[in-house]
Amino acid sequence: MIQSLLDGILTGAVISLGAIGLTMVMHMLRFANFAYAELLAIGAYAALVFDRLFAALVPALGTAFKPLTLSASLTLATLLAMAITGASAVLIDWLIFKRIRAKADALSMVFASFGVALIIRNVITLVFGHNAQLYSPDIAFAVVLSLDPLVLVKPDQVFVLAAALALMAAFHVVLTRTTFGFALRAVAENPALAQVAGVRLSTMIAAVWLIGGGLSAAAGVFYALTNHLSPALGHNFLLPVFAATIVGGIGSVYGAVLGGFIVGIASGLSLMVLPSGYVPAMPFLIILGVLLVRPHGLFGEDLA
Amino acid sequence: MSGVVSYLVFFATMAGILGIVVLGLNLQWGYTGLFNGGVAAFFGAGAYVTMILGGRPEPGQFGGFQLPFVIALAGGIASAGLAAWFFGRLTLRLRHDYLAIATFGVAVAFESVARNAEWLLGGAKGLRGFPRPLEAAIGNNFLYGLFFLTLVMAVLLAVYVGLERLVHSPYGRALRAIREDEIAAQSLGKNPARLRLQSFVIGSMIMGAAGGLYVAFYAFVSPQDLAPVLTFQVWAMLIVGGAGNNLGAILGAYLIWAAWTASGFLLAAFAPQAMQLYTGPIQYILIGSVIVGMLLWRPQGILPERIARSGHRASGATTADNGGN
Repeated sequence: MIQSLLDGILTGAVISLGAIGLTMVMHMLRFANFAYAELLAIGAYAALVFDRLFAALVPALGTAFKPLTLSASLTLATLLAMAITGASAVLIDWLIFKRIRAKADALSMVFASFGVALIIRNVITLVFGHNAQLYSPDIAFAVVLSLDPLVLVKPDQVFVLAAALALMAAFHVVLTRTTFGFALRAVAENPALAQVAGVRLSTMIAAVWLIGGGLSAAAGVFYALTNHLSPALGHNFLLPVFAATIVGGIGSVYGAVLGGFIVGIASGLSLMVLPSGYVPAMPFLIILGVLLVRPHGLFGEDLA
Repeated sequence: MSGVVSYLVFFATMAGILGIVVLGLNLQWGYTGLFNGGVAAFFGAGAYVTMILGGRPEPGQFGGFQLPFVIALAGGIASAGLAAWFFGRLTLRLRHDYLAIATFGVAVAFESVARNAEWLLGGAKGLRGFPRPLEAAIGNNFLYGLFFLTLVMAVLLAVYVGLERLVHSPYGRALRAIREDEIAAQSLGKNPARLRLQSFVIGSMIMGAAGGLYVAFYAFVSPQDLAPVLTFQVWAMLIVGGAGNNLGAILGAYLIWAAWTASGFLLAAFAPQAMQLYTGPIQYILIGSVIVGMLLWRPQGILPERIARSGHRASGATTADNGGN
């Protein structure tokens, strides 16, 4: 029970990070972006490439900070991967979504995002192979917190949870304390009025992609660090991050964070009653429940 | 020679079944503007239920009720329709992308149940043993292939004619009206929620029918048939053929299925040994590029939707304008 709860909280942190950007993009651009979760995979693989590169150039960077399996090279690689993933999100928007937005309806955008997801996922498969990979071959030893009931926690997991919460807190400060954050919230609330007040919409859209891409990359690395990397990473997180945004209400950043933890914990706890094969269906049940009881989510506006 | 002919018959049958699915999607997407992200689930519901109702009893396998094919097929169609009704009721009154997410979720959930619930749906090994309609009476394999192709063509034609009549009736105009301007349609007394739900259910039932035919053709169904790639293929067929044009939908089905099988064949024949594991991803990239490329450069498809043509005017008087989509 406690073990499932802990694992659920950890997965929840990853889902929350992924859902923050998605809820902003869905709210601002008004379409369900099915390519969004692929940003997690882009980030995780970009970090893998730079981690190997840095460790090869400066071997000293490759040693792990005990008791973590995280190394200095992976830390640097993650920061770089966040920037690169943010930039690729902006690039994809410019190359594809922006051009479709200009001439077609929201439905075509949803459709295009599926196509983009298919391309990204399979290019990753072609480049990196079908097989699962790990950042570090070191075995991450778990610490026994309690024997009865048995509760195991890996140091990496504690680090990942702390880092995820720190990123969310940093974003909260940006949203509530900076002019840029005000502009972002203004655009989310009322794009026309924000533009009248001198906020450039196109800049804000790029900023949202950049932030969403960066947070997603971190989410991808955090997941890969505590589990493993595979080309299916993005696909496996697609429904959970959508469920988190719907639970929280589309457009609500805090709702997405809360929604992510709810989805993560519910999926973790479901393992106690259901065989693991059914876990992919869990976010869907949550979506159904929300649609039945409170269709616009916990904090969402009524967008019917 | 006979090998080539029987392959062509096989190809035409499979593409015809997919053509029926594309027609169902065209009613939802092309005419009503509804996004169905779980085509594979409604197709699969038709396939699995038809199999359970009409299949032969197999040891350790649920179902095998051996109902006559027509009744089993009706059950498959009804189950696809029922699922569509349930999820449509929940999502169609919300922002359009809720339907996309929910239907995508249906497909993921259905696939995971099909993979895991061995007692019910056979798990990863699927369900087998379907008495193909009239197979015993015809006997000869090649003749049976021709018979089945005729059956599929008859259903395809019936669906095509039925949809053409539907979309050119006042009902079809009402569907397009809510697609274009919901409030204007409402002001004329149309009920968008009900019309959308009806269109979604009818379209899904058509997909279910295709699933039933598919099971009768292969006498086998497995979670592989529920994989998302089917949904992507069907979308690509509709966008290439032309959303909002039923003839285009069928054309798209044949073109994309030809391109898909040809690319698979070429990759298998010419890709180096080391690449053989990766022919799937290459095909997926191709289909993703087709979708994105069409949306960027020719969103109306090969045969665009024809609008503003009152049925009795002499043809050729006006060249119909594309109804951008």
